[in-house]
Amino acid sequence: MNGDTHEVSGPLTVSELLAQLQIDARRVAVEHNLVVLKREAYDRTTVREGDEVEIVNFVGGGVGIRDWGLGIRD
Amino acid sequence: MDLFTIADKTFSSRLIVGTGKYSSPAIMVQAHDASGAEMITVAVRRVNISDRSKESLLDYIDTSKYSLLPNTAGCYTADEAVRTARLGREAGLSNWVKLEVIGDEKTLFPDNEQLVAATRILVREDFVVLPYTTDDPVVCRKLEDAGAAAIMPLGAPIGSGLGIQNVNNLRIIREFARVPLIVDAGVGTASDAALAMELGADAVLMNTAIAGAQDPVAMAEAMKLAVRAGRLAFLSGRIPRKRYASASSPVEGLVGR
Repeated sequence: MNGDTHEVSGPLTVSELLAQLQIDARRVAVEHNLVVLKREAYDRTTVREGDEVEIVNFVGGGVGIRDWGLGIRD
Repeated sequence: MDLFTIADKTFSSRLIVGTGKYSSPAIMVQAHDASGAEMITVAVRRVNISDRSKESLLDYIDTSKYSLLPNTAGCYTADEAVRTARLGREAGLSNWVKLEVIGDEKTLFPDNEQLVAATRILVREDFVVLPYTTDDPVVCRKLEDAGAAAIMPLGAPIGSGLGIQNVNNLRIIREFARVPLIVDAGVGTASDAALAMELGADAVLMNTAIAGAQDPVAMAEAMKLAVRAGRLAFLSGRIPRKRYASASSPVEGLVGR
C-alpha cells in the first residue's frame, strides 16, 4: 500500500480498508493493481494478499513540485 | 462582461492560482480570496497512512466557490501522468486536468513528446486537458491537434519569477491558437502578468509569485488587478510604437510666437 508493505486483517473490501485506516472515502482516490477505482466500486472490490493499493489525495501544489508521491520514481 | 470559456466552463476571472508553498492554510485562503480566481490547481499525492492527523487541503478550499484543477506535477513520463490524472479525476470528481510531464529536473521544462502522447490518451478518455508546455508554437499546435482544451505555454521556468522570456513566441502562439491560451509559470510580479495579458493571453496561471511573496495576500490582489489591466489594454488596442516624439498639445496659439 502506497509503496510499503501493510498488514491488514483480510481479505477485505476497499471500503472496509479505508474505514480501518480512518480515511474519509470522499477525500481520496484509490488505485487497485494499477486500476483506478470508481467510488461505487469500493464496496465490491476485494483487497487480497499481494495486491497493490495506492491511496492518494489532493495536496498543495501549483506547478512542478518535486516531492513525488506515486512511488514510480522513488 | 468579459468572460472566458474553456471546454464547458465559463469564468469571469482570468487568473488561475495554485495551492503550493504557502506558509499556512489561512494565508492561502486569504490569498485565493484576494486573487479573485475561480479555478485552483492542486497536486495529487499519496495519503500519509501512518500519520492521519494532518488536515486535508480540501478542508481549506470551498469547492462551491472554486473549480478544482488537479495537476500531474512531478510526473516524468506519459504513463505516470495518465495514471495521476485518472486518480485526480476520482479524487476531485472532475475530468479536468492540468497536464504536466516534466522532462528535466533542473529546469522543470516539459518533455513535449511525452506531453503530446499523454494528451492524446487523456482526450480519448474524455478529460479536459490543459497541458503545460514550452513556448514553442509547433508544440502548441501539436497539442491542439491532439485535442487539448487550452494550451499553457510557460513564460519562464517554473518558480523562477523571471517574467515573459520570449515575447515574440507568445505573439506567434497567440496568432495561431484556436483554443484558449494560458501563460503558465514564470511570472514574478504584477507587470509580468499584465504583459502576458497584453500579448493576448486568455488567462494566466501562477503559484510561486503569490505564495512566495512577502505579503502573499496583497500580491494576490496585485495579480488580480494586473491581469485585469493587461486584458483591458489588450482589448483597447495600444498605439503603435514610434521612434520619435509626437506632441499631444496643439501647436497653434503658443505664447510669444
